[in-house]
Amino acid sequence: MRKFTADDALRPRFSAADQARAVRGFVTAGLVLLAAAVGLGLVAGATQGVGYAAAVGGLVLAGLTGACCLLAALVIRFAALVGRVLLTLALPIFLAGVVGLVILAWIPALLYERVDGIKAAQAGGVVRVAQFEAALAGGAAAGRGPAYLAALVLWPLQFQLARDVLAVVGVVGFVSLVAMFGIWWERKVAGRIQSRLGPMRVGGWHGWAQSLADGLKLLQKEDIFIAGADRALFRLAPYVAFIPAVCLFIALPFSAAWVARDLEVGLIFIFAMLGVGVLGVLLAGWASNNKWSMLGAMREACQMISYEIPLGFSLLVPIMTVGTLRLTAIGEAQSGGFHTWLAFANPFTFTAAVVFFVATLASCKRAPFDLPEAESELVAGYLTEYSGFRWALFFFAEYAEMFAVAALAAVLFFGAWHSPLPAHWGAAWADGPLWQRAAHGLLYSGPLWFVLKGFFFFFVQLWLRWTLPRIRLDQVMYACVQVLLPLTMLALLGNTFWLWLVRPGSWPAVAVNLALTALGGLAVLGMVAIVLYGYLNRRRLVGPMAVDPLPGG
Amino acid sequence: MTYGWLYRLPLVALLGASALGADGAAAPAAEPGKALAFYLVAALTLGSALGCALATNIVRMAMCLLGTLGGVALLYFLMSATFLGVIQLIVYAGGTLIVIVFGVMLTSRAYGVKLRPRPMEMVGALAVCGALLVGLVAALLRTDWPVPAADGPAAGSVAALGSALLSAYLVPFELASVLLLAVMIGAAYLAQPAVPEAAAGAGSVE
Repeated sequence: MRKFTADDALRPRFSAADQARAVRGFVTAGLVLLAAAVGLGLVAGATQGVGYAAAVGGLVLAGLTGACCLLAALVIRFAALVGRVLLTLALPIFLAGVVGLVILAWIPALLYERVDGIKAAQAGGVVRVAQFEAALAGGAAAGRGPAYLAALVLWPLQFQLARDVLAVVGVVGFVSLVAMFGIWWERKVAGRIQSRLGPMRVGGWHGWAQSLADGLKLLQKEDIFIAGADRALFRLAPYVAFIPAVCLFIALPFSAAWVARDLEVGLIFIFAMLGVGVLGVLLAGWASNNKWSMLGAMREACQMISYEIPLGFSLLVPIMTVGTLRLTAIGEAQSGGFHTWLAFANPFTFTAAVVFFVATLASCKRAPFDLPEAESELVAGYLTEYSGFRWALFFFAEYAEMFAVAALAAVLFFGAWHSPLPAHWGAAWADGPLWQRAAHGLLYSGPLWFVLKGFFFFFVQLWLRWTLPRIRLDQVMYACVQVLLPLTMLALLGNTFWLWLVRPGSWPAVAVNLALTALGGLAVLGMVAIVLYGYLNRRRLVGPMAVDPLPGG
Repeated sequence: MTYGWLYRLPLVALLGASALGADGAAAPAAEPGKALAFYLVAALTLGSALGCALATNIVRMAMCLLGTLGGVALLYFLMSATFLGVIQLIVYAGGTLIVIVFGVMLTSRAYGVKLRPRPMEMVGALAVCGALLVGLVAALLRTDWPVPAADGPAAGSVAALGSALLSAYLVPFELASVLLLAVMIGAAYLAQPAVPEAAAGAGSVE
């Protein structure tokens, strides 16, 4: 059998006649749309004000769609060539996409700055479009031209509501990206741990488009009606599970300035959202009219609400240490280097960090606590009757929650958005030439380190899932009430006494801090070393299955 | 004809009155966006409360209750009482409602059974609930509610709340904790399985 190569991935699935028909259709559509765009351009040349704006909007829409149709026709006609070019340029395209996303995230900040400047100059009240245009054009308001269009774009941005809508769009976009990447990465990590490769085909390089393909597949599945089930509740349940998972990201600070809402009570807002998510599971189990779903949902709710107790107690430890519920303040308290991170402050915060991580594992129904989703026991638990996009929503919610709690662990205990490098190492580069400033910005970038730390703990969650066996429900309850709860209460009590009796600069505090920092650093380096060693020696340790994709098709 | 909704009228009265009371304190004329948000949230709350009262399926009632409790939490957020709103979500939507839903789902064996009260019960319920509604609304509309400062009360901040709970209101705080402890012990005792006489010595109690 021959190896599966890129040519197999690019082999066209449609007949030549179908391709020719598609090309003809796209060319026709493209030309019609471009003609419409030209017509709208003529209309725009003759009008003013709202008519002008509408004509320009229509022109842009028709023009872009027409260009896309012509591009699609070209791609279909020269599919093999385009595929080969894309495969060779895959890495630059990916990097360009990442840079593009960063710029996209940066543009609103620039726009808001401009709008705030114009608003301040106008001294209060709602600023009209004409005033925007005058400020941008530096003179008369003509009702047409680029200044008018820019003013139309900037006008809604003066209202907090429009900014909030943009923030929500950004959050939902980020959550979707994280969920799709998380699902792909879970399958790759699961594969590697199980001495195989995971998805390899869809999209070419290591199956990076697997999540996209899964999403498209799930969107076109049949909408199943269950006999005897409550249809409205069945349809409602995925949203009751999904919305709290997205709301978690409202209070999460990606950096000192990158937070959707810097809530004064941010930490318990996240705790509240984790609690409300239980209802979606219960509703899903009930509305499926299926005893296995009901059992799974009951176990799930039981587990999630039980583990909220050690979770809440372990959250009290950083609240007590820093003295505030505000997540940005807790993050700021950990600036200044690796050793200031709260997990390494004293043995009690270290215990609280571990308990927090385990409790969130149970809260996200991740192994070893995934009895509610037990694939080998309850069919699929509360998800049994769900297929298609509703199932996808549940999984989006689960992966979004996983990343959010991983990032929360990083924010509370492991330095938030601060890099492990001490700030003074790179301070000289902050004022140097452009490449030095870019490097400094990259090395100390808040959002970058936040996302990296979030994905590190996400990786630990994946690692644990595919390594540890599932534990029974009574063992789950035992672990919660008889192990984690006393442990976290001791941690809380110990932390209280430590904060009261030990002065921050004294030698016991510094010695314990350094010991814990060394332990933590060794743990992280050890993890990375083990993973790298296993990866680099995979052919020797596992065999050819871990290196070569399966031959044939 | 189903009259189960009459039994749930006090709940509607309470929640509707709370929404009306919030109307008095929210000063909706300050910002058009805030007024719009308030009316949307109030519509959500009242609609969910009505749904809870008019629904005949118990589980749908519980979900409407979720909408109502969530709506009240949103009203708290609109009044800049963010801590209270979050606690409302944690305690009610994430705690009480889950207990209610557990009870409902575990005990409603006959799926889709509808409540059918007798006509005399209906008259009595209407009288009591109507009197309660009138009394609550009258009391709410006559009270002179203190209006908080324009940018949110500093006295309601978490730090102020915490120090008040531990200094001025320490006794009620401790009493509430003792009450909760008694409730937990009682629940744990009531949930013990009945140990049969024969296996009393052999079985282990969990």
